[in-house]
Amino acid sequence: MNKFLALFVTLVAGALLAYGAEGLPPWGDPQQPASIHVSPRYIEKTVDETGVPNAVTSVLADYRGYDTMFETSVIFTAGVAVMMLLRGMNHGKRS
Amino acid sequence: MVRDLDDIIIRTCARIMVPFMQVYGLYVFVHGHSSPGGGFQGGCIMAASFILLATAFNIKEAKMRFTEKVNGIFCCLGVFIYAGTGAVAVIFSGNFLDYSRWTNILPTNPVMARYYGMALIELGVQITVMAVMVSIFLDLVTGGSHEEVMKTDD
Repeated sequence: MNKFLALFVTLVAGALLAYGAEGLPPWGDPQQPASIHVSPRYIEKTVDETGVPNAVTSVLADYRGYDTMFETSVIFTAGVAVMMLLRGMNHGKRS
Repeated sequence: MVRDLDDIIIRTCARIMVPFMQVYGLYVFVHGHSSPGGGFQGGCIMAASFILLATAFNIKEAKMRFTEKVNGIFCCLGVFIYAGTGAVAVIFSGNFLDYSRWTNILPTNPVMARYYGMALIELGVQITVMAVMVSIFLDLVTGGSHEEVMKTDD
């Protein structure tokens, strides 16, 4: 019974996502919002403003540096969480 | 627990490959400014070299070269370098992570200061990713008991 419930929930969620994907702009459309808002400015000004020829690096590390900082923090947190879980478990077993 | 396999072909190949992998990891990080690459990818390649050491030899061998203490320090040091690079800009009355304020320290123009600021934060990302990947690998493969592995002498 629980299995069928899980299957039902999965199918409904999948159908909702597929329905939502209908509303997305077409793949590779140059007029989609993501392509006309800030992307052209980054592509035009990257070399003048940052001196980096690779626009991916300049967006990752400079324009969206705050995002990348917390990405690094998330990796650090993941490492600390694994340390706490596995080493802590081991510690409890010994005592 | 990783089984200690004693195969001279694997060990010799691993020993030859590790320095090249580490140099390539540094290359991917340094060259991230003008080609695909950067701290995340370079850090993963550097971590892979240590994981290769740990699998081809044994965990003790890898941990002798990259000790637990250094690993823990590196985990924090990377995030510290990243946040510190941003905080220096605040000290010189800029916004957080506004690397052009580094002109107060570096003898360059603001454009190149942003260039070098990006290199600095990529260095932080590289160090953190490398240390955390190695740490997670060692924890998962030994169930968190790799400090005990160091104490046994096999």
